[in-house]
Amino acid sequence: MSDLVQLLTPEGVRRRSDTYDPWVADVDADTVRDLYRDLVLVRRFDTEAVALQRQGELGLWASLLGQEAAQIGAGRAMRRQDHAFPTYREHGMAWCRDVDVLDLLGLFRGVTLGGWDTHRHGIHLVTIVIGAQALHATGYAMGIQRDGAVGTGDASRDAAALAFFGDGATSQGDVNEAFIWAGVTNAPVVFFCQNNQWAISEPLERQTRIPLYRRARGFGFPGIRVDGNDVLACLAVTRAALARAREGSGPTLIEAFTYRMGAHTTSDDPTRYRVEAELEQWRLKDPIERVKALLLRSGQADATFLESVDDEANRLALRVRDGCRALPEPDPAGVFAHVYADLDPDLRIQRDEVARLAAMIEDAEARA
Amino acid sequence: MNAPTELPLAKAINAGLRRSLESNPRVMLMGEDIGRLGGVFRVTDGLAKDFGEDRVMDTPLAEAGIVGTAVGLALRGYRPVCEIQFDGFVYPAFDQIVSQVAKLRFRSDGRLAMPIVIRIPYGGGIGAVEHHSESPEAYFIHTPGLRVVTPATSHDGYWMVQQAIASDDPVVFLEPKRRYWDKGAVAIGSDVEPTPLFAAQVLRQGSQVVLVGYGPTVRTCLDAAAAAADEGRSLAVVDLRSLSPVDWATLGRLTRQVGRVVVVHEAHRTLGLGAEVAARLTEDCFHALEAPVLRVTGYDTPYPPSRMEDAWLPDVDRVLDAVDQALAY
Repeated sequence: MSDLVQLLTPEGVRRRSDTYDPWVADVDADTVRDLYRDLVLVRRFDTEAVALQRQGELGLWASLLGQEAAQIGAGRAMRRQDHAFPTYREHGMAWCRDVDVLDLLGLFRGVTLGGWDTHRHGIHLVTIVIGAQALHATGYAMGIQRDGAVGTGDASRDAAALAFFGDGATSQGDVNEAFIWAGVTNAPVVFFCQNNQWAISEPLERQTRIPLYRRARGFGFPGIRVDGNDVLACLAVTRAALARAREGSGPTLIEAFTYRMGAHTTSDDPTRYRVEAELEQWRLKDPIERVKALLLRSGQADATFLESVDDEANRLALRVRDGCRALPEPDPAGVFAHVYADLDPDLRIQRDEVARLAAMIEDAEARA
Repeated sequence: MNAPTELPLAKAINAGLRRSLESNPRVMLMGEDIGRLGGVFRVTDGLAKDFGEDRVMDTPLAEAGIVGTAVGLALRGYRPVCEIQFDGFVYPAFDQIVSQVAKLRFRSDGRLAMPIVIRIPYGGGIGAVEHHSESPEAYFIHTPGLRVVTPATSHDGYWMVQQAIASDDPVVFLEPKRRYWDKGAVAIGSDVEPTPLFAAQVLRQGSQVVLVGYGPTVRTCLDAAAAAADEGRSLAVVDLRSLSPVDWATLGRLTRQVGRVVVVHEAHRTLGLGAEVAARLTEDCFHALEAPVLRVTGYDTPYPPSRMEDAWLPDVDRVLDAVDQALAY
């Protein structure tokens, strides 16, 4: 694909790009090692979460396996004041926003529908209805415009919103409406589409007749396709798009061309709809192996470093396993607390019903 | 403080929107044709000129987009007031309203608020074409996290829209479009404490039957009570004003006093708000009831062609017939 931005080949060879090299000119050996660490830890977290689901500790898990580079690249391109709008698969993005991994498990364990302070972390809660968050990101970006936090040249002030969605979501009305609104209002929003080739069982051909990034042109803003398994390219392309948004030049659609190596979720069985050979092809393009190859070949890291990352991954895995089981169980009576700003009189009656029944049962058990 | 002036409902809501825009810079209006045109019913007339396009925004023609971007604006600290041009056009925004706007406070354990107002002209009686005369309130009343209110008078239109905008909960604000041109007294700029947003209001005392209406049917109930009075019957009239929550305390008190209740709404009968009123009053006031709670409603059909609507909508005759039935028990 000649239209694919790639800075690091699957073999770990650095490719030059006049357009995008300046966007990663500051990336030194330390930064590459940090990116490697991010990729490995996030994959390890994800692997543990799948295992926890298999053990019955999580109701469901949506694995990001294969999409680590897209999310880490985009996540590390963000500034503190930017705001991300994730789907249920953006664990790597949330990692970059310093959301604790245990807080990411809460939704899937069924102890919360949220899990973190969205303002503090600059990342919204997971949106499960496909594509709805693209409009939220666009509206948030319109708010940034109204706050005068765009195009001032102040690096600590100018902000952008970053909407995440997949290839399937590009068929949704909300995503297309978001493109229209962002185009018309020139809002500082970046649409980051992880095209992982599959929407559960439906291949990309079910969603589009043209490459997804080319759709942007019809909406009046640039679209770009990047190797979604190349963390450097994802970092560069997202940095460029966010900078463009923050300076007031409007939205960009990024299509991160990647692959969902695992099932859609732990409830899915991909052997029913795709062939093993396809998986084998993509294994050769693994997002972590190419960074490891670059580090070793260039002498930017040695075996000791790789071992230290593996050790850290082991410690993380232990914390995830223990922490998941220790997540506090929610109090059933708490369900009434945050439906409205103030406790509704009708909900007070229903809450009292719960308490009355609980007291009655307790009383009966005491007598028995 | 200004002396009350006579204003049509549409202009009273306009005045309320203006006051909210003046008093809070985070308030903004968004919708189709609400800027230069001033809205198809002119409810936002003149506001874009005075407050600018950033605060009174003509949006692309996409209802999910209006509400979906309002969510993002609210997350950024704004208080968006969305106009959906007609009742029948709200459904493209349904997911954004019931799955996103309504749930974010709950999902975030109270960390996020959605102070969004969704204004919808609703109801029939203006001879309109299809999709311009519907009463979708039950969908929103049935959705936890939303508030649903509807003014019936100019006074309420002026105050309730300001209260809805000041609310930290999302409010579906239903405007009875066939009453837009009805005039009533409004004290613009008054500091008089208005009736609480979620309180029902007893508009007429009566001893034999309570008529419960809201929005467009409040006028119908008042007309029916006046006609009944000519025949020597004493009917009370309550304007619910708030459909979520319902002011059950006021309704229960009246029901215990009078013993007979007739609910009147344009929306379809089955699982309409009248069904909830009947169920709730039966639970709360069973021993005080002298007759079943009766419903006078739109029928369980799609809204009819406009030349049939007079026969379809609840009118004084149908209300009085229900009163006769209630009294016959």
